[in-house]
Amino acid sequence: MYGGGYIFDEPNRKQQREEQLHDDPVKLAAFEARIARGEKIEPGDWMPAEYRRQLIRLIEQHAHSEIIGALPEGTWITRAPGFKRKLALIAKVQDEVGHGQLLYNAAETLGKSREAMINDLLSGKSKYSNVFNYPAKTWADVTVIGFLIDAAAIVNQVANSKGSYGPYCRALERICYEESFHLKQGHDAFIELATGTPAQKEMLQDALNRWWQPIMHFFGPPDKTSSHSEKLMQWKVKMASNDDMRNQFLDAYVPKIWELGLTLPDPLLRKNPDTGKWEYSDPDWDLFFEVIKGNGPCNKERLDVRKWAEEHGRWIRKALMRPEEMERSALPVA
Amino acid sequence: MQIQQALQELITKMADDELVIGHRNSEWTGLGPVMEEDIAFSSMAQDKIGHALALYRLLEEHFGGTDPDQFAFLRNAADFRCCHFVEMPIGSYEFSLMRHFLFDHAETVRYQALALSKFAPFQHLAGKAKGELKYHTLHADAWIIQLCTAGKDSRERMQAALDNSFQLAGGIFEPGPAEELLIAEEIYPGESALYKQWLSHISPVMEKAGLVLPEMTAPVYGGRTGKHTPYLQQLLNEMGEVFRLDPEATW
Repeated sequence: MYGGGYIFDEPNRKQQREEQLHDDPVKLAAFEARIARGEKIEPGDWMPAEYRRQLIRLIEQHAHSEIIGALPEGTWITRAPGFKRKLALIAKVQDEVGHGQLLYNAAETLGKSREAMINDLLSGKSKYSNVFNYPAKTWADVTVIGFLIDAAAIVNQVANSKGSYGPYCRALERICYEESFHLKQGHDAFIELATGTPAQKEMLQDALNRWWQPIMHFFGPPDKTSSHSEKLMQWKVKMASNDDMRNQFLDAYVPKIWELGLTLPDPLLRKNPDTGKWEYSDPDWDLFFEVIKGNGPCNKERLDVRKWAEEHGRWIRKALMRPEEMERSALPVA
Repeated sequence: MQIQQALQELITKMADDELVIGHRNSEWTGLGPVMEEDIAFSSMAQDKIGHALALYRLLEEHFGGTDPDQFAFLRNAADFRCCHFVEMPIGSYEFSLMRHFLFDHAETVRYQALALSKFAPFQHLAGKAKGELKYHTLHADAWIIQLCTAGKDSRERMQAALDNSFQLAGGIFEPGPAEELLIAEEIYPGESALYKQWLSHISPVMEKAGLVLPEMTAPVYGGRTGKHTPYLQQLLNEMGEVFRLDPEATW
């Protein structure tokens, strides 16, 4: 998993962002020409301050989404029914944490330490994908996450892997490779319920009904309301618009859901034969922003778990580090 | 007791140990003190559960046992033969790390012995498990030594974890019923021999780490005859929660 399309930005940074756009015009032109030629930007290369800031924001939130995303599924490892599902789920969640590690490493090449990123996650300053602020209530939820949320994340990550920042692209290539296995196991578990006993089907339909809105939220607000996209797309930080990614997802997966005899809780959902685009009811975007603010059903629970892990692990991290590393990691990051 | 039955008891207790400690290790997923440890415990959990599955399959194939899923997910605590040590909740990281260290060295000496077993399926299984365990014990040894040599606070924590774990670890070597039959047939060397080898494996690491090895005065027995802590039934209730909704269904 798990990068969503929406990357949270603090509103009060707008002023600073505009100031940072006054980079050396010659260097900026050379930088933009490189990107236009399809070259990758590497850690030691010159880059506009705003490019660096946006990438840190993007990769960091993606990394947080991986480790927080491990939690809703992780709680089902101990309850997974049978050896096959138990082993697959442990391996899958382990991969997600590994993706977090890869992504923190990629973000560190831009100058922010893992510890500083984790601190920002715990303080609420830095966000993660909203979708993980919903509870996984039954085993069917795990299959919906493993199939559809992973599928949605792949749409996003495949797009981002063609971006301009070398370390992020390389991390994403590896991540996408592993994700394709996750998708298979998610799909397999999903089909097992969809073609199972009446109770299993009912459990799956219920989970699908509850997860549909968070899935529609996953790619972020509609393009018409989304800000700061143009520059990011020119710099190949953002590679596809929210609506385009959502459409791509619906196109690939709604037919698969319907084929299994399941329904989706949106009477307006249909593919317009004239435009080739999907039409759907607008999900509740006010709710989306409320959840980002921290008012979703599981925001507190998720961060509390991470805080527990950080707190209980403190003496261990201390014992692992040399004193000079401790000092370095405590330095504030620009 | 017949030799077949003694062999089944041996396989069952080994498998149950592996399943339960694998389950416990998997509980660290998402909670590790550093991401690398999170990943390590998840990875070892898969190996342990994989060993359990392979052993349950031996029961199914050679002794007319039931399907591994049914056998693992539907039995109650009294029918399990794991030791108390693996049943204990994950507790603090230092406890889980110490358990991993003590258990994995015990598992290593066991599989080393089984590689020479006259029961051929053990040889095959041991070959695979030994390769994995090499990395598990490398991991455990490195962490024990690193934490114990990083200062007073962490060494004291690790010593306390060892003191709290040691008698429980002794329970791994609770003699099995009629194991003398298996020893006579050279199927395995018996718990007492394994215990001695285990001590010779862990002692050099303990010494390097500056840990004081306690005396084994009261090893915690009972698990091998179906007497367990309340933690085991809780764990099994959780493990079977979904599976038991409909044991005939496929999941």
